Amino acid sequence: MADAQDPLNKRWDHLRKILERPGPFCHPEFEPSSEILDFIMTSCKILVIGAGGLGCELLKDLALMGFKQIHVIDMDVIELSNLNRQFLFRHKDIGASKAEVAAAFINKRIVGCQVTPHFFCGLDSIVARRWINGMLISLLNYEDSVLDQSSIIPLVDGGTEGFKGNARVILPGLSACIDCTLDLYPPQVTYPLCTIANTPRLPEHCIEYVKVIQWPKENPWGSQLDGDDPQHIGWIYEKSMERALQFNITGLTYRLVQGVVKNIIPAVASTNAVIAALCATEVFKLATSCCVPMNNYMVFNDVDGIYTYTYEAEKKDNCLACSQIPYTIPIKDPSKYKLKDLIELLCESASFQMKNPGLTTVIDGKNKTLYMSTIKSIEERTRENLTKSLLDLGLTDNSEVMVADLTSPSTMVLKLKYLVNDVEME
Amino acid sequence: MSSPAPKSPEQSEKSKKYDRQLRLWGDHGQKLLENAKVCLINATALGTEILKSLVLPGIGAFTIVDGEKVTEQDIGSNFFLENDSVGLSRAKVATSCLLELNPDVHGDYIDESPEHIMAHTQAFFNNFSVVIATSLPEKILLPLSKQLWEANVPLIVGRKVHPDNENPDLRLEDPWPSLKDHLNNIDILKLDKKERSHVPALAILYYYLEKFKKDHGGIPITQFEKDILRNLIKGGNCFGEEDEDGNTEENFQEAIHYVNTCIGQFKVPPQIQALLDDDRCTNLTQESSSFWVMCAALRELVQNEGSLPVRGSLPDMAADTVNYVALQQLYQKQAQLQAEAIYRRALQIARNLGQAPDTISEQEVKLFCKHASELYVASGSCIADEYQSTAFDISSYLEDPDSLMLYYAIIRGLERFISEFNTNPGQFDDQVEPDVLKLKGIIGKLLAEWGCGQAIRDERIHEICRYGGAELHSVSAMLGGCAAHEIIKLITHQYKPLNNTFIYDAITTNSATFVL
Repeated sequence: MADAQDPLNKRWDHLRKILERPGPFCHPEFEPSSEILDFIMTSCKILVIGAGGLGCELLKDLALMGFKQIHVIDMDVIELSNLNRQFLFRHKDIGASKAEVAAAFINKRIVGCQVTPHFFCGLDSIVARRWINGMLISLLNYEDSVLDQSSIIPLVDGGTEGFKGNARVILPGLSACIDCTLDLYPPQVTYPLCTIANTPRLPEHCIEYVKVIQWPKENPWGSQLDGDDPQHIGWIYEKSMERALQFNITGLTYRLVQGVVKNIIPAVASTNAVIAALCATEVFKLATSCCVPMNNYMVFNDVDGIYTYTYEAEKKDNCLACSQIPYTIPIKDPSKYKLKDLIELLCESASFQMKNPGLTTVIDGKNKTLYMSTIKSIEERTRENLTKSLLDLGLTDNSEVMVADLTSPSTMVLKLKYLVNDVEME
Repeated sequence: MSSPAPKSPEQSEKSKKYDRQLRLWGDHGQKLLENAKVCLINATALGTEILKSLVLPGIGAFTIVDGEKVTEQDIGSNFFLENDSVGLSRAKVATSCLLELNPDVHGDYIDESPEHIMAHTQAFFNNFSVVIATSLPEKILLPLSKQLWEANVPLIVGRKVHPDNENPDLRLEDPWPSLKDHLNNIDILKLDKKERSHVPALAILYYYLEKFKKDHGGIPITQFEKDILRNLIKGGNCFGEEDEDGNTEENFQEAIHYVNTCIGQFKVPPQIQALLDDDRCTNLTQESSSFWVMCAALRELVQNEGSLPVRGSLPDMAADTVNYVALQQLYQKQAQLQAEAIYRRALQIARNLGQAPDTISEQEVKLFCKHASELYVASGSCIADEYQSTAFDISSYLEDPDSLMLYYAIIRGLERFISEFNTNPGQFDDQVEPDVLKLKGIIGKLLAEWGCGQAIRDERIHEICRYGGAELHSVSAMLGGCAAHEIIKLITHQYKPLNNTFIYDAITTNSATFVL
């Protein structure tokens, strides 16, 4: 029997028809040849980030499209609630590493495929995306400000939520990157504290109260709240019920408590199947040039019939991540604008959404740390700067501030532009 | 002090496993899914991808009908065929691989072609909730679709729909007595500053709406009139004094917002009225489904009260707990009373029709009433009728050279080609060019039958021949996910199903829906 690794094996007939025959809709640079299949099978390396709902589907799709050198990263272990869609896992795999089990399954089912698993410490999904985005941008080569296109590593990104999803193709340095369209992922809406504390109306308000106020106060197990610990959830459920009864609020269920505490996003196999497939198709196009890839952002929704829409997301000229110029921040009154206001802007604004920015600058040729919360001794030393105004800190008009944050592997540069022109400098 | 809190409920394994999807279609949807049986004809890559997304969420049972043996090519595009299964029954292998995905699901297979089944046990397919057919030649597809159409599998059933971004159902233009009494007791102008910042937007809106009605003799209809109402509300904020930033308080802002979305809405949306006037609702028989019986009961309520039952839920609003909860309870109570009345009446109607007493559950009626403003009946169409019809106006679509309708013409042509020549166009390298001509001829004939003056551009036909029947897994996977979800909608009676043809072009990523 012919070796499954052999590109001439009949099982790859489907792919060979696309890759070895010319056609009217191919990419202008496409040259049909048997070398393309060879390339995707032996040389083309793909990194899949996540082996969960989308990851399982992607691994299957990529393996059946001929890709063999696949690496998959995931920090999670398998849970019971994954099994309704993460189909590479079985009941007996609960507790094992997602990346490892997924890789083993694919390698067994599709002979010749070499999926390499990596058990990797990660972050929440949007932060992880931004980090990878920043990493790919940092690998770009510019010569005399001109981008060397051979240094581009494309990023295909997909996301789902219930019956909605999106897929996009990012060519770092060339097309819109994750940060260019950051306002498409607005920060999560939280309930105002006064509602939670004084005027609860919904069962969610009761749950938030117990989670945010009562747990830290009573600290029943002397540890951080763990959404995966059924005892913790049970405690939250019981205390929330008490509060709901006290305020005559109905509708509190155990499922709701879990949803609020763990920020659960509903998920189903079909949406993941669609979005992953869209991504895999684009990866195939990018790797083989068999046709022009999607340009560049597609949304999908099958709540009401089936709806898709593809449009070109625009690259921002002043994007914090991928433009080569510092981002200008206009400041109305630098004598009143405090450092903590700047940090708040960086965290709260939809365009930045930073987590814990550390700021430094250069004054009179010397490095100065403005504020950094990640190292205790530095935090204590620089804490007093938070309440000082920008002018008091020695930051003049057009000064540059370097920002380090979880959301990017590289330092970002901000330029402060003061709108009050006739500020008296002492 | 309140009674001790109930202990955390025991969660079943199933409930935990299906948690993420239960949040989308609820326990009642899950039950319907688990009671359903589907049949897949032909375990192609597309077919197994569809089944995968039904098995994972826990469909009750499936049967695969397929007389083919596994080939090498199959293994290259179908995930649910093992590497060493070449030559074995495709139905058998696919069934076993799919069953691994979920021990709750029952599955079996029939190693026979669908032609064989149609010839010997035709009624076999009628026993399923849904039948899925992939790569089925026209000569089987047409009689099968006719048969299923007549057996009511899988298309005509009453459906309910999930709201996505609906407007709140406030009923302030014509509140029922207990609501009216409650709201009349709230005099916005007599509240002190603190109370005023906590009064629910609903009460604010009612107060100023009443004022408007007194001054103008009716509710505001035009934008101009609504502006007057909005300004009245604005004037009530801080008694006309502005706070230090000139901001309107949150509850007043909400009230202003509701003017647009909650005043002057249809008492009974026209599409719902059409449903209530439908023959299936006004001329009930013993065979009428519970959906139409409930519609008949609903119809009577609408005739008596002039509006649909109250939805019963309220959006959150900036208010203190006591006031908000009091209002919430009023709405819930009214919804409950109306649902109970409809339930009693529906039972009576069912009894008079000679139906068994347990066909309609109270839970079903409650859900029905809650979504009364979104009821939707999806009527499919019979594929045989579509294929045999000559009154098909494809011309107007094809005027736009990029319209995806061109692929419909191509696929219909493709099916005829396969029927005539028993092979895909372009199956072998040296056939690509001659097959382009043959396919072009077939499509031309089809278009002429449809009375269509346009032609399909040569390059599109060439592209199809280039594929030579190749099945790209990622494209099958994408369509598989879409189809599986449509099937789930039909089985769970939730969310609006596709009406009725979806075409997807993976080259451009464009898609379109057509009603054919």
